[in-house]
Amino acid sequence: MAILGLYNNLSTYLIIAAFLFAMGIYGIIARRTFIAMLIAAEMILAGAALNFMAFNRFTSPDPVTGQIFTLFIMAIAAAEAAIGLSIVIAIYRQYDSIDAEDVVQLKG
Amino acid sequence: MNQSMLTHPNLFTVEGMAGVVFLILIFVTLTGGFIACTSRRVVRAIAGLIVCFVGVAGLYFFLNSPFVSMMQLLIYVGAIAVAISFAVMLAAPEEKKKLGPTGPLEGPLAFGSAALLAGGFSVLVLKTKWPAMAKTNDGSIKEIGIRLLTEHSMVFELISIVLLIAILGALVLARRED
Repeated sequence: MAILGLYNNLSTYLIIAAFLFAMGIYGIIARRTFIAMLIAAEMILAGAALNFMAFNRFTSPDPVTGQIFTLFIMAIAAAEAAIGLSIVIAIYRQYDSIDAEDVVQLKG
Repeated sequence: MNQSMLTHPNLFTVEGMAGVVFLILIFVTLTGGFIACTSRRVVRAIAGLIVCFVGVAGLYFFLNSPFVSMMQLLIYVGAIAVAISFAVMLAAPEEKKKLGPTGPLEGPLAFGSAALLAGGFSVLVLKTKWPAMAKTNDGSIKEIGIRLLTEHSMVFELISIVLLIAILGALVLARRED
């Protein structure tokens, strides 16, 4: 049963990470509200972090570095979410909407 | 532990059971991600995001990192998802049903670029030979703690300053101007 041995295989993790990344890209392009875009950005970061963890487990000689890097990615993602959400709330106060297509004051 | 060592465990062994759990985790992760990026309702997208991140935490567990797995649950599921839920409550983003002229970006173009990315990366992954190197330590929680406070202590301090500034910036941005 080769399919049950997938968890011991680097390519599996990398392909899952690629799919997470691609779904995040799709969300950022296709969604209209800022919060949905932020959610998609979180998924892109999760894909990148999963990539780091996979390489850390399978190829890196030092299995600590990747874990620490992933922890830092999480911290940056938390900071990014905090700033992004407060910007979303400020935009909502200003425009009464968080639709990306309503915020067009600077459009030429 | 490179690709050539693909094992073939029997279903009724510990490894086989782990394989089944792993398949479930893949399903959970990808389903959650799909809901998160396609759902029209933001609340549903947040629920999908939570499901997706629980799956990713399980994948980290399979990658020999219980510590990062727990941090994933605490930070992403516990903090970021709750913060996004609060923003939804404050901003009430009922996505209006104005399904007017959807631009080309919304449908085929977005899907095409995402499919191109996923397919391209997958081909790249499968075509590359990833060399494995001998491990110099076991990557345990103890080792992570020692390294965080010695080798990576500067980055550790910097990240705490970044978080502090992010909190202050969030407060300043979201403050009501009276």
